[in-house]
Amino acid sequence: MQFDQLLQYSLSGLSTGAIYALIGIGFSIIYNATGIINFAQGEFVMLGGMLTLFFLETLQLPLWAAIPCAVGVSTACGFLFERLAIRPLRQPTPINLVIITIAGSILIRGIAMLVWDKDTHAIPPFSGEEPIAIAGATILPQHLWILGITLIIVAINRFYFYHTISGKAMRACAYNRRAAGLVGIDVKRMVLFSFMISSAMGSVAGIIVAPLTMTSYDVGIMLGLKGFCAAIIGGMSSGLATVVGGLVLGVLESLGAGLVSSGYKDAIAFIILLLILIIRPQGLFGKAESERV
Amino acid sequence: MQTRFVLLMSLVCSLLLSTAAFAAAPLKIGALFAVTGPAAFLGEPERNSAKMVVDEINKAGGVKGRQLELVVYDTAGDATKAVQLATKLIKDDKVVAIIGPSTTGETMAVIPVAEREKIPLISCSAGSKITDPVKKWVFKTAQNDALAVGKIYEYLQKHKQTNVALLTVSDGFGSSGREQLKAQAAKYGMTVVSDDTYGPKDTDMTAQLTKIRASKAQAIICWGTNPGPAVIAKNAKQLGIKLPLYMSHGVSSKKFIQLAGDAAEGIRLPSGKVLVADVLPNSDGQKKSLMAFVKDYQNHYKAEGDHFGGHAWDAIMLLKGAFDRGADSAAAVRDQLEKTRNFAGIGGTFNYSTQDHAGLGKDAFVLVEVKKKDWILVK
Repeated sequence: MQFDQLLQYSLSGLSTGAIYALIGIGFSIIYNATGIINFAQGEFVMLGGMLTLFFLETLQLPLWAAIPCAVGVSTACGFLFERLAIRPLRQPTPINLVIITIAGSILIRGIAMLVWDKDTHAIPPFSGEEPIAIAGATILPQHLWILGITLIIVAINRFYFYHTISGKAMRACAYNRRAAGLVGIDVKRMVLFSFMISSAMGSVAGIIVAPLTMTSYDVGIMLGLKGFCAAIIGGMSSGLATVVGGLVLGVLESLGAGLVSSGYKDAIAFIILLLILIIRPQGLFGKAESERV
Repeated sequence: MQTRFVLLMSLVCSLLLSTAAFAAAPLKIGALFAVTGPAAFLGEPERNSAKMVVDEINKAGGVKGRQLELVVYDTAGDATKAVQLATKLIKDDKVVAIIGPSTTGETMAVIPVAEREKIPLISCSAGSKITDPVKKWVFKTAQNDALAVGKIYEYLQKHKQTNVALLTVSDGFGSSGREQLKAQAAKYGMTVVSDDTYGPKDTDMTAQLTKIRASKAQAIICWGTNPGPAVIAKNAKQLGIKLPLYMSHGVSSKKFIQLAGDAAEGIRLPSGKVLVADVLPNSDGQKKSLMAFVKDYQNHYKAEGDHFGGHAWDAIMLLKGAFDRGADSAAAVRDQLEKTRNFAGIGGTFNYSTQDHAGLGKDAFVLVEVKKKDWILVK
């Protein structure tokens, strides 16, 4: 097996993995703040790409204006989703919340299908399409954008959660909601912020990957599921562990497709998920949960 | 109270009486198209074309004084739904013939219903096994994928590129194409050096292409429908692969060029003649029908009439031919369809017979190439 082939598989896998990592962090943030798995996360990824397309083509905005507008509208959608679907719940049992987020994802997907069409659309790459050669393998400038923007977002994330008051407040809610409420943290507002941050991150992920993979109304399903796998591998942490989980997932998927069989690409992601859940359900880096009796 | 009752009854009576205004019962044609869902790129132009040509026939006075009525149901590409809707068309709407479905998978599911209920079915999908072996009540208008494969292999053989790498999508269309590609390889002296697949929703095929690049392939044949082939074209450009890339007729529309951008230059594929209608020689028997179809579709829907819409156009026109020859019951329509000779349609020139319900020959496909974001005919 030649080195340059392995390198190619790994490089392609890294950039896909970065996307999974961004989506996975979105899952983790909401889970940590509220205990819910937001199954509509994948749809915010889709909205990022589709809204950018809308702003670019229908409103003829330049790329650097279309992207912030798309992220803004997606964040607004996250805000509405939390306000209208999550907050009014009288009995927020996990099963209710799971059903609501799944229903929300179907709704958003359906609205996207009706407002736009069912076609696949291409978005222009951010800075050209000339391949860059690295020791026998090639990547596109868009891959560099993906890796770079992922690093920046992870860094901003870390800064926010560990060095700002509201970030620390959100972490406090994750540890113990009642105690956080007792010390004066508005838990409901933290839930809202967590949805807004996750939808912003999800839409950025969708925008930076759209020039490579093209976007359509249903890209959210698979991306959301794989991002969820990345979050599980990382133990639902909203930091480096999920990033590593996503990268590992992307690289393994790419290596599996190249070395074993391309037909099983999707299966690999889910086999890894099953193995992790069976062998080490707290993720690769999490601490095992135990209850003191 | 009394006046309201009288008003209501008169409204009901006038509604009932108005239906008696129709002189003769319309000829009902059922249609099953995948207007939404993953096969929407097939179903939507098919439904548009079918509606367009039925409207035109009705405006020109119908067939033998009777109007045509088209009942369209959306299967969303789902075989189970297609079977349910086919039964509905036959039992509730009492149609005399059914056109569609759009995909091979759905067609194979609907065939037993058509055979059992003895209603002629004109499918708009390409799988060879729809009409091979011949089934009494089943016809099709889309060209066989066997013909498409033959066209590509013929060209490769002529240019002495005999080591081919296959990259096919893992759905019905892709696996049918792959079967044909492998079955016909020996006939044209081709050696399949590599055989890979990809999923319909996959977004990155660099792994498969890297494998192909390292093999002895002289040409890559990709069999799938958008967006996969567009991603493959872009990936191939990224990896710097200089091998000639051949696609299937599944991407024979402008959409492919739009999605793949610059990476589409130089890609060749077999296509129905509709894509290059304007550059065909005037001696071509289909040119008149093709130009009329393209112009009509543009006027009606402000979009380019493509290869897929043509399948439905052909199906309706073939039915019209059967009606013109006097058929008005399901069995008579079937018999008259079988007698269709030399009908110059969009997909090709149709000649049905008792042994051949596919009706098309090698002239149904031409090889086209992408040049400067448009299609040109390859000699």
